[in-house]
Amino acid sequence: MENQLIVNGKRTDGRSPTELRPLKIDVGIIKNAAGSSYIEHGKNKIIVAIYGPRDSHRYGINIERATLRCRYHMSPFSTEERKNPQPSRREIEISKVIRDALEPSLILENFPKTTIDVFVEVLQSDGGSRSASITAASVALADAGIPMKDLVEAVAVGKVDGTLVLDLNDIEDKKGESDMPVAFMLNENKITLLQMDGKMTVEEFKAGLMMAMEAAKKIKEIQKEALTRKYSSGERKNDA
Amino acid sequence: MMPRKNLLVSAVRKEQIIKSLAQGKRVDGRGLLDYRPLNITPNIIEKAEGSAFVKLGDTHVITGVKIGVGTPFPDTPNEGILIVNAEILPTASEYQEPGPPDEDSIELARVVDRGIRESKMIDFSKLVIEPGKHVYTVYVDISVIGMDGNLFDAASYAAVVALMTTKFYPLINQNGTLVKGSEKIPLPIQDLGVSTTFAKVDNYIIVDPTWEEESIMEARLTIVYDKNGNICAVQKGGNGGLLVDDVLKIVDLAKSKSEEMRKVLEGVISNA
Repeated sequence: MENQLIVNGKRTDGRSPTELRPLKIDVGIIKNAAGSSYIEHGKNKIIVAIYGPRDSHRYGINIERATLRCRYHMSPFSTEERKNPQPSRREIEISKVIRDALEPSLILENFPKTTIDVFVEVLQSDGGSRSASITAASVALADAGIPMKDLVEAVAVGKVDGTLVLDLNDIEDKKGESDMPVAFMLNENKITLLQMDGKMTVEEFKAGLMMAMEAAKKIKEIQKEALTRKYSSGERKNDA
Repeated sequence: MMPRKNLLVSAVRKEQIIKSLAQGKRVDGRGLLDYRPLNITPNIIEKAEGSAFVKLGDTHVITGVKIGVGTPFPDTPNEGILIVNAEILPTASEYQEPGPPDEDSIELARVVDRGIRESKMIDFSKLVIEPGKHVYTVYVDISVIGMDGNLFDAASYAAVVALMTTKFYPLINQNGTLVKGSEKIPLPIQDLGVSTTFAKVDNYIIVDPTWEEESIMEARLTIVYDKNGNICAVQKGGNGGLLVDDVLKIVDLAKSKSEEMRKVLEGVISNA
C-alpha cells in the first residue's frame, strides 16, 4: 500500500518502532539568560532561556514559593506554512502543560516572592515539539542553578499502522492513529505530563507508557552528558 | 489581577480532608470513587440547535450547540468542521474576572474538543453540503457558570448531551443556492466518548474532585473512553506528578467508572 508508514518493520525515516530520532543538546547558549539550552530532536530545533528568579510583579507575588511561568512559542518560519506569530490556543495550552510538567521537579520554596520564566522558542518544528521543549527546558533550568529533585525528560509514543512506535515524527504524528506525549521524573518514578489523542486499547496504553519510560532513561543520559560537557570544562556559568 | 486557580485551604481543613480520606470518606460524605449528584437537563435553550445544563454538585455548566455553514479546510474538503470554545464566566466564582479566555478556559475547550473528535463521535463526512465549498460547522460553546471543581467532566457531559440532542434544519443545494430544508435532522452521531476525572490527594485516588480537593491535590488525570472500551483522550493536569503505578491504576478505574457514567448519559439522552 502506498500510504503505509511502516514497511518491513522500518518507518518513513528508516527507524525501527522502538528507536529514538537523533537527539542533541547544548547548554548555555545565551549569555544574558540565567540558564539556557538548545535541542535538536529529529527536525525540531528549539532554544530555551531561563530568566530569574527575579522579583515578581506586584500582582503575581506568592509569599511561599517562586512563581513559575512558561511561554512556548513557535517562530513564524518554523512550519511549512507561515505560522501567525500571535500565540494560538494550541500554544497557550502547551505552555500550560509544559509548566505543569516542570514544576514538580523544582524546589520553588527556596525563592519566595520571585518569578522564574521559561521561554521556549521553536525555531523549526517536527513531531514531538512539546516533548523536546520539556527535555531542553529542564536542562536549561539546571544550567540556571534552580534547585531540582530530578531532571525531567519527555518523549511521545503512539500507534502507527497498528504498531506501537516511539518518538513520532511529523508525518506519524499527523497520520498515525494516536499520539501520547509523556514526561518523567525517573528518580521518583513519577509522570509529570501525560496527554493522549487518538485511539488505543488499555493494553496498548500501558505498553506505550513503559516504552516511553525506557526511552526517557536514554534521554536523561543525553541531558546529563550535555550538562557535564559545559561544567566539566571549568568554564564559569554564563561564559558560554 | 490574575484569577485564582486554587482556593486557600487552611492547614486544619487540609488535615480534616486527608483524615477523612484515610477512613474511606470524603468530607462531603461521598466514597472515594463516587461522583457527586449529576443532574443533566437537555434542550434548555430554545434558540440553540442543541443544549444541555449540567449540575455536577455545585459545578454548573451550560453548553449550546449552533450549526452554521462554512468553507471546509483545504486539507479536509469532504468534512464538516467542529469548533469548541469554553469560557469560565465571571459568575463562576469571586476570583474570576471578565475578559478573553484564560489558559484554563482554553485547556478546558481543547480537552473537550479532543474527547469529541478522537472518539469519532460525529461522522463529519456526512456534514458536507457541497464538497470543497460548503460544509456544516458545529459550534460547541461551553459556559461555566458556577465552579466547584471537575470542570472537565461537567463540560464534557454538557457538550456530548447537547450534541446528541441537537436538531437542525439541513441546507439543500438548489441550482447553486442553499435552501433551508423543511424538517429538522439530528447530527450523524456514531459514538459517545465518556470522560472521567481522577485526582490524587495525599496518597489517595479520588474521582470527581471538588475545587477544595483540587486545591490541595498533587495532580489530576482525565481519561475519555469510547463505546468499545478504547482510550481516546488523556490529559494530566495540576502542578504535581503522578506515580507510574497511579496512572496504571487510574486507567483501570476510569474504564469501569466510564461505563457507569455512560449509562447515566445514555439515560438522559433517551429521555430527551
